[in-house]
Amino acid sequence: MIVRILGEGQFELPNSQIASLEKLDMQLVAALDADDEPTFRDVLTRLVQSVRSEGTPVAADRFVPSDLTLPHESATLAELHELLASEGGGES
Amino acid sequence: MGVMKRLTNIVQAKANKVLDKAEDPRETLDLSYEKQIEQLQQVKRGLADVATAKKRIELQAQQLQQAAAKLQNQARQALAQNREDLATEALTRRSGIATQLEGLKTQHDQLAQQQERLEATTQQLQARVEAFRTQKETLKASYTAAQAQTRIGEAVSGISESMSDTGLAMQRAQDKIAQMQARAGAVDELLASGTLTDLSGSSDPLQAQLDKAAAAGDVELQLAQMKAELNPPTAAPSGELGAGNATAAGASDEPVDGELVHDAPSAAGTPATPADPFTLDDAGSAS
Repeated sequence: MIVRILGEGQFELPNSQIASLEKLDMQLVAALDADDEPTFRDVLTRLVQSVRSEGTPVAADRFVPSDLTLPHESATLAELHELLASEGGGES
Repeated sequence: MGVMKRLTNIVQAKANKVLDKAEDPRETLDLSYEKQIEQLQQVKRGLADVATAKKRIELQAQQLQQAAAKLQNQARQALAQNREDLATEALTRRSGIATQLEGLKTQHDQLAQQQERLEATTQQLQARVEAFRTQKETLKASYTAAQAQTRIGEAVSGISESMSDTGLAMQRAQDKIAQMQARAGAVDELLASGTLTDLSGSSDPLQAQLDKAAAAGDVELQLAQMKAELNPPTAAPSGELGAGNATAAGASDEPVDGELVHDAPSAAGTPATPADPFTLDDAGSAS
């Protein structure tokens, strides 16, 4: 499974990691819906760190699309809201 | 749907816009290579913009520091003239500058972060563009095989996704620059309008009042001297009043011992503590 951390790059993770990533992803959705910045911060940090520690960086000469994408570690709730708002619209 | 899947769709949708143009996958390879080169140049320009924006903030911080130092001197001057109202005014403005500096520091940190990130992005992109250039020729040569067509498709979506990511990184950097420019403009306006002290000092209302007060003091002193000359009191020796005042005023300004000199804000002889350009040195908290 290929996961991209925006602004950082792609990582390859064993498929066995999917379940734990999805669990954290659901917590991220909840924090996003509740506009809960501290929880959002905490969950995002854990997600990014687990991708970095469990995954291996994809080599520069390997061109593959990602299965999952994470915001950059320092992304704020507002920034993510804005990014998600471009869904479907796809301007620029 | 989770956030991670939604983001993937968004990033890839942006990427697909680049792909759809060419019919022949071989053309798509060349097209996306051209776009990569273009983007590499854009990122490099973006990097220069971030550096410029950072520099502007540093210059403004310096200007604000100078304005703050001047206000502190003015407050001292005002106190020496027994104008506590003017001293209060000067110190109030000085604390306003401290707030501005804090805001500038936040933005400076953010820009430094963007700069670091864009530098990493540029390096990565450069390596990938180079790798893509060699691969695309290999892929084109083996294009007739159906398998190669699939690989072309994958390679192109992979690189397009990277470009879409880089585009987002640049957008973030540009947003920070725009925020910084808005604030920098406001600080410039404040400095220019004299709400904060104008550094040239020429059109500074606070300094004007201080000068006036000082001039008024001189006039009073001269009047007193003239009165004394015209009306020599029999008891007191003439000239004593003026001379006495002069020495008293001089003494209060003079650094009598090492302590006062150590307090001086210019502190030319203390290179060991590099001043934080975003924090005001409080006279009371000299360590």
